[in-house]
Amino acid sequence: METGEHVAEATQFELRFSLTQGTFTIAPDVVAAARAVALFGPSGSGKTSILEAIAGLRTPQRGRIAVHRRVLFDTGTRTSVPVRDRHVGYVPQDVLLFPHLNVRKNITYAQRRRPHVDLPDLDRLLGLNSLMDRRVAGLSGGERQRVALARALYSGPDVLLLDEPLAAVDLARRRLILDALIAIRDGLHIPLVYVTHSPDEARAIADYAIVLDEGRVVAAGRPADVLP
Amino acid sequence: MQSEILTIALFTTAAALAATILMLPPGIALAWVLARYRFRGKAVVETLASLPLVMPPVATGLLLLWLVGRRGPVGRLLEPFGIEIVFTPAAVVLAMAIMGLPLLVRTARAGFEQVTRRYEQMAETLGAPPWRVFRTVTLPLASRNILAGALLGFTRALGEFGATIVVAGSIPGRTRTLAVGIYTYTETGQDARAAALLVVSVALAFGSVLIANRLAHVD
Repeated sequence: METGEHVAEATQFELRFSLTQGTFTIAPDVVAAARAVALFGPSGSGKTSILEAIAGLRTPQRGRIAVHRRVLFDTGTRTSVPVRDRHVGYVPQDVLLFPHLNVRKNITYAQRRRPHVDLPDLDRLLGLNSLMDRRVAGLSGGERQRVALARALYSGPDVLLLDEPLAAVDLARRRLILDALIAIRDGLHIPLVYVTHSPDEARAIADYAIVLDEGRVVAAGRPADVLP
Repeated sequence: MQSEILTIALFTTAAALAATILMLPPGIALAWVLARYRFRGKAVVETLASLPLVMPPVATGLLLLWLVGRRGPVGRLLEPFGIEIVFTPAAVVLAMAIMGLPLLVRTARAGFEQVTRRYEQMAETLGAPPWRVFRTVTLPLASRNILAGALLGFTRALGEFGATIVVAGSIPGRTRTLAVGIYTYTETGQDARAAALLVVSVALAFGSVLIANRLAHVD
């Protein structure tokens, strides 16, 4: 591990599975020790499917998925931890805030575990106070993303799965969210899996990058070495 | 005469309300199962659930009479407890509920089919067990259709005639509903009473449809 600002401990990610979808098979097959992994590649390269497989929303035909050495899925031992017990915070690209609940009820929806993240901490991190009693329908892209992050973090997940978290955020607000993500990674010590097709974002947030094309890993390693 | 008309109007409304409450749990459960699951015999269940809609209501009433009558399969189970249904207010509520159920099931089912599965999946990733997902995500997101279905079922119950008269009869002050009352009074030449009930019927139906339309437009 490097010295200086990098204080968080690396988490072991093990992604070895194959998942057939449409016309091609998604087969990552990497083991990485990192605080934040970027899944990088063009649209349709299988990035989102990998997040869904980690969250348990898609079932691979075979393989093994582990985070923090906790096995979530393994066809060898017929293990598949139910979605609700995987302890992942998932923020899909369309964030999917519950439309019938206000911001506060969205954020506090999760079943809490120990250790969890408290509301004041989330507010300090993401600036939520003025949003708490608003309806979800009126929020901007950046506000939605912050609320979705808070909802995913509230229970204290073992890993945060992020699908293009800056895509719907205007340029001026991107820095704010990026800083929050770095604070989550290093301050809360919650590892990230970050889907993006921007090499700049991947470099800014990740210390390990997996480059995908049509479901295959074409390169994996330090962002500086493998990203274009 | 006025108190008689008022009694009938109040009884009919109360019975229709009770029937709506009675049909909600099985109606919602059936609608959800039909919207979410594929299973052997699903077509049969679907058809059975729609049958009261297309069968002559009198035939449905006769079927109910056989089922809950003292020697019927359900009636025999209830007899040791001293529970009798036929020709009681309970029979009115039962007939109304059976006749309203198909409307509730169809409307609620469409509502469940519109709920995006991904919202439920998000709730699962947040640690919610199945019952909590249903109660806090699925049900609220389908609530508008369920409410509309309940209202349809209620209005159907208000006007129920055929099944009611077979299984509950037309006992004044006990099982006489608006529709049955209009028929009985007309048959026996009590035209003023029939006309009064007609006015009440129109007013109740008008009010229900007005509320239903308001519900359908409120955001």
